[in-house]
Amino acid sequence: MARLTPENLTRAHELIALYPLRRSAMLPLLHLVQEQDGYLSPEGIEHVAELLGLEPAEVRGTASFYDMFHLEPVGKYVVAVCTNIACMLAGAYELLEHIEQSLGVPPGGTTPDGTFTLEEAECLALCGNAPCLTVNWRFFGDMDRGAWDSLAEDLRAGRLEAEVPPHGALCRVRRSVGLMAKPPVGPGPAGRPVPARGGGAEVELANSKTTSAVSSTVLEHNEEGA
Amino acid sequence: MTVTQAPRVVTAHFGLDRSWTLQSYLAHGGYQGLRKALGMGPEEVHQVVLAASLLGRGGAGFDAGRKWGMLRKAKPVYLVVNGDESEPATFKDHALMEADPHQLIEGALICAYAIGADQVFIYVRGEMALAQERVQAALNEAYEHGAVGRDIFGSGFSVDIVVHPGAGAYICGDETALLESLEGKRGYPRIKPPYYPAVIGLYGAPTVVNNVETLSNLPWVLLNGADAFCALGEGTSRGTKILALSGRVQRPGNYEVEFAKLTFRELIYDRSLGGGVRDGKALKAFIPGGVSSPWFGPDQLDITLANSAIAQAGSMAGSGAVTVMDEDTCAVRAAWRISRFYHRESCGQCTPCREGSGWVEKIMRRLEDGHGREADLDLVLDVCDNISPGLVWPPAQTTICPLGPSIPPSVASSIRMFRDEYLAHIREGGCPFPPDRLREHARA
Repeated sequence: MARLTPENLTRAHELIALYPLRRSAMLPLLHLVQEQDGYLSPEGIEHVAELLGLEPAEVRGTASFYDMFHLEPVGKYVVAVCTNIACMLAGAYELLEHIEQSLGVPPGGTTPDGTFTLEEAECLALCGNAPCLTVNWRFFGDMDRGAWDSLAEDLRAGRLEAEVPPHGALCRVRRSVGLMAKPPVGPGPAGRPVPARGGGAEVELANSKTTSAVSSTVLEHNEEGA
Repeated sequence: MTVTQAPRVVTAHFGLDRSWTLQSYLAHGGYQGLRKALGMGPEEVHQVVLAASLLGRGGAGFDAGRKWGMLRKAKPVYLVVNGDESEPATFKDHALMEADPHQLIEGALICAYAIGADQVFIYVRGEMALAQERVQAALNEAYEHGAVGRDIFGSGFSVDIVVHPGAGAYICGDETALLESLEGKRGYPRIKPPYYPAVIGLYGAPTVVNNVETLSNLPWVLLNGADAFCALGEGTSRGTKILALSGRVQRPGNYEVEFAKLTFRELIYDRSLGGGVRDGKALKAFIPGGVSSPWFGPDQLDITLANSAIAQAGSMAGSGAVTVMDEDTCAVRAAWRISRFYHRESCGQCTPCREGSGWVEKIMRRLEDGHGREADLDLVLDVCDNISPGLVWPPAQTTICPLGPSIPPSVASSIRMFRDEYLAHIREGGCPFPPDRLREHARA
């Protein structure tokens, strides 16, 4: 578990160059760290903070808002079982119970051998094939007990390596070009500061502490693009 | 029973061999709408879309052309595509991005040209890994094809598109939360009015945020004209709409139908659509427009699937997600599960939603488990009333975004429609219904 490798650092710089303001690369960079380490390691978070010119606490505080980011190590396969309304009506809780028994861990748990982490998920948008689940965000619909049993067997036997990449790998298609039209255009001198937590610019300006934070964000244009 | 045979505007390529590739897209008239748009002036394109009366397909139903017209006159201008589809039982954008990413890219480019966008971001829900791969691969192909980037098709118009992954947060489907997320922050919705994204959007610059399905309509609208589009549908609901049908029906799935021509009865029972309630059971209730909407009962099956007709009947068309419950469905359990969703997804900024969602879920859970008291019905409605005073429709808002006011409708309608069931839970000390009834599929 470490900082980004030289190759991933190159990818990180490519990602940052796509945005008018550096901080916008936050989620893509965190996904990159998770792809490399399987979770968001403290070193990875620190590295992202350095790249974005932020404190590690700001990066961690942002990451913790999002369900897909794991701040602790997880299993090789993260199994997310949807139990929301459409899947529930198709027996999702019975399916989840079966998977819990089959893996021997409750939702949130990881099997002792580190192969599976089980999660109870909110709607995954595959309701036409309810109940559904994802393994490392690859979709499996029309699930039942038997389908889970054979899926788990295939995963354990390594028969689905191509379909289901290791946890953290999200989009395996790399962007083939940088920006072509023009360098990314930021808000510029005429642009207003970005309200950080709702409200208009005036609200922000009334608060000197927030204002300095906002203007430093605005000034921090992406050098590669400028 | 007849169902209108409207042309398929956005799902025409579904089911074609490798429909997500440029080769397939070009073989079926791909990028002709963009070429046509580039031959017109940006304002002319805007006029076509205005004339088409293209309502936003994300849930709020705001006129897309009018949204574009509200942009503050300043530079830069951004277009952000909302592909963060997370509303429970809504799965149309997921399908559109996986099956026809080029159509989305073409639609986004048409919009970008009309509004003079400096950059386009396609925010794809994090969990949709395949959609991200398909959209990114399509974008790579589109760059190579000269459809995006510098001097598009030799027109002199240049714009870049960036595919941006979300990371798992329902709230980011709210357009201002989505912008915060795209700025690399927690997805906290912004207060509006006064500042809508058209005035203060991404990085404070004027920004259009449009839904995937909305933009996917544009290639067809440009190619066939506003009149052809308006010939479909009725009133303010023009064109077609993808209805995402789920729950206890024979044939759940996405169905593109002419807007405002179909009744719920047809959608649920027609053999070419839902095919009726599963296993010949009786229909108990249905959710007409996503889990934020008040439920309808069997006596409301003949309401037309149009924004205005549904609103008149006291609910909403929302994102077009219809979920069917049959006679064996426990209404308490269904309402509890929906309240649990809001509790998990509340971003925590506003007290009524953050605290209220937790209390509602807790009370609903104990009612479902048979540990409730009759007084709990009034109690849970009182908590709901604190989140959205009056429990009226459309709901009153005490919070920054609509998530809070979305909590009460399912709870309130289930109590109004199925009070007896609640009382049975209390009387019997448990849920009188069978479990979820997982159907074992026959597999080869």
